[in-house]
Amino acid sequence: MTTPALARPPRANPVRRWSLVAAGALTWWVLYRLNAPFWDWLLFHAIGVDADSRLGDSVYFFFYDLTKITLLLCGIIFVVTVLRSFMSVERTRALLGGRREGVGNVAAAGLGVVTPFCSCSAVPAFIGFVAAGVPLGVTMSFLIASPMVNEVAVVLLYGLFGWQVTALYVAAGLTIAATAGWVIGRLRLERWVEPFVFETKLRGRPIDPAAGLSWDDRLTMGREEVASILRRIWPYLLVGIGVGALIHGWAPEAWFADHADGPLGVPIAVALGVPLYSNAAGVLPLVEALYAKGLPIGTVLAFMMSVVALSLPEVILLRRVLQPKLIATFVGVVATGIMAVGFLFNAVI
Amino acid sequence: MELRILGSGCAKCEALESATRAALAELGTDATIEKVTDPAEIASWGVMATPALVIDEDVVVSGRVPSTVEVAGWLATR
Repeated sequence: MTTPALARPPRANPVRRWSLVAAGALTWWVLYRLNAPFWDWLLFHAIGVDADSRLGDSVYFFFYDLTKITLLLCGIIFVVTVLRSFMSVERTRALLGGRREGVGNVAAAGLGVVTPFCSCSAVPAFIGFVAAGVPLGVTMSFLIASPMVNEVAVVLLYGLFGWQVTALYVAAGLTIAATAGWVIGRLRLERWVEPFVFETKLRGRPIDPAAGLSWDDRLTMGREEVASILRRIWPYLLVGIGVGALIHGWAPEAWFADHADGPLGVPIAVALGVPLYSNAAGVLPLVEALYAKGLPIGTVLAFMMSVVALSLPEVILLRRVLQPKLIATFVGVVATGIMAVGFLFNAVI
Repeated sequence: MELRILGSGCAKCEALESATRAALAELGTDATIEKVTDPAEIASWGVMATPALVIDEDVVVSGRVPSTVEVAGWLATR
């Protein structure tokens, strides 16, 4: 019943739409292939930086990594956003409703990975889940997995470390999310949730954001998400790559080799990582550089997990619905899980 | 007509507000716009993904920023 002047624009031509997507994919691939030869040529041949100097090493790392990570991010965020537009928090909640603990925790951790979710919606989602009868521990599994095992982390890990490390990280992240949520559920901590959460009446019919979208809508969402995420994370990315480049060129390998293997490495990494607020894109260049300097993989992955899964701003947001004792338990349980994973990886690999 | 924009003040919430204002201007309709930032109240609308737009008592979109044309469509059918 729209007025003629406001009628939807005519449907875009599918051939044109998919040709544009294909052209975009091809451009991306060419740029990704050209990254290393281009910076090699520009820095070491055209400008004449000494390739064997510390400066040359750092500068090359900075530009090469910045280009590579930006390209990876654009590609992944676009693809994942389009795929995720078929999924929604509403569908996840429906899938989790009535599940028992245990199975529910595993399902919640898995769904945390595929559901489109922004941590800025953590509080409404928490209330929506709990008020609709999803158990507290299952809700927590979802909230832990969602930031920890996200598409950005997975693809960047793959790009920088290869598939083995990525598989380890994903398996560890899902295990921590499922287990930590299960533990919180077993502890029966509902009394430490702010009472209004249980009293919240859900009025109205929730609408499913995933319903009724055309392919054009989904592709537009993908494009807009790339722009919005890049706008939000570029400072973290620059700082992360900058620090990574400094470590790459200047950090003394001998010092790391002497000090990095001690048993305190993992707890220190987690203690540093928990209050830090960054995202996978910001922390990974740092992690890559530290790993290259000889820090063990368990220690660097524990650092990364604690940075992306727990943060001060998130805790402040959750304070709205959780009492301090429950927040402390939440941080404690997750941090313990991350440390256990760190020690395990250091011992096994 | 009463409009509510639900969201904790993120960039997308502002994008939704400007799309809504543009749609209102296009239609020449007058409406009050209330911004709801309290997470408990957002949740009470059954919304779990922000931003969301509520027209009178109905949530018409949540979790994404609709185009001005889309918003105008919803407003025009009221």
